[in-house]
Amino acid sequence: MRNLFAFIAGGLFGAGLFVSGMTDTSKVQGWLDVFGAWDPTLAFVMGGAMIPMFIAWRLRERRSAPVLGGTFPPTPPQKLDRGLIGGSVMFGMGWGLAGLCPGPSVASLSYGGTGHWVFFAAMIAGMAITPNLRRLLDKAPATA
Amino acid sequence: MEMDWIWGLIGGLLIGTGGAVYLLANGRIMGASGIIGGLVDGTGLAQKWERLAFLAGVVVLPILIYPYYGHVDTHVSDNWAVLIAAGLLVGVGTRVANGCTSGHGVCGIPRLSLRGMAATMVYILAGGVGVVLFRHILGVI
Repeated sequence: MRNLFAFIAGGLFGAGLFVSGMTDTSKVQGWLDVFGAWDPTLAFVMGGAMIPMFIAWRLRERRSAPVLGGTFPPTPPQKLDRGLIGGSVMFGMGWGLAGLCPGPSVASLSYGGTGHWVFFAAMIAGMAITPNLRRLLDKAPATA
Repeated sequence: MEMDWIWGLIGGLLIGTGGAVYLLANGRIMGASGIIGGLVDGTGLAQKWERLAFLAGVVVLPILIYPYYGHVDTHVSDNWAVLIAAGLLVGVGTRVANGCTSGHGVCGIPRLSLRGMAATMVYILAGGVGVVLFRHILGVI
């Protein structure tokens, strides 16, 4: 049952990314490029996605547990650390460079062609080396 | 082009509904980088079938819808160096920041999460600077 609902959730996510045009790298870069021919689509996608999610968080407050059992995700510490900011800078640069982020990268694998697989493979490699990168950085003397 | 914003809104509502289902039914945050990353680095293998089922949905639904569109051009770069550099930045960056557009943006902001809002502002600013730098200054994209 959990897997079925995970598939449904993923399906809605994938369908939404497809019909919204978010797997089209030119629409993402067009939104980020305020000095070019600015494309407002991404703002509508983000805004539209936040409406059901806002309702979902309110509904979550009324429940003690998820419908399928288990526990709700704990509230993470509201601390802005170097990882959050530095990681987001790296992510944003890569996002601007290719016009792809993790969700659309997966959604477009079936029809995007070789370029999408190259990006996807590099992203997976990046995710795989991150624990080692973290260890290296932790060992390095703090200079900041 | 004139209809793009409507499809953006419809797609956004679908994405948000997916996130709502994943939260309320499964009790999980719909963050693409976290779902994938946990499988890649082994930290999420305890829920591997749930994660794989989610990702299967993300891949399969576009396959089902695609025939109604005929052809979709994703305008992806054909420069492998650009794609590899971008993929590495996205892979490392989202894991170090613990989230991407879906986790920090779509899920985090409506949760009124300070981290989600800060991350989203930073990656959008960095993305904007990136496009200006790589497109208008360096001319690589």
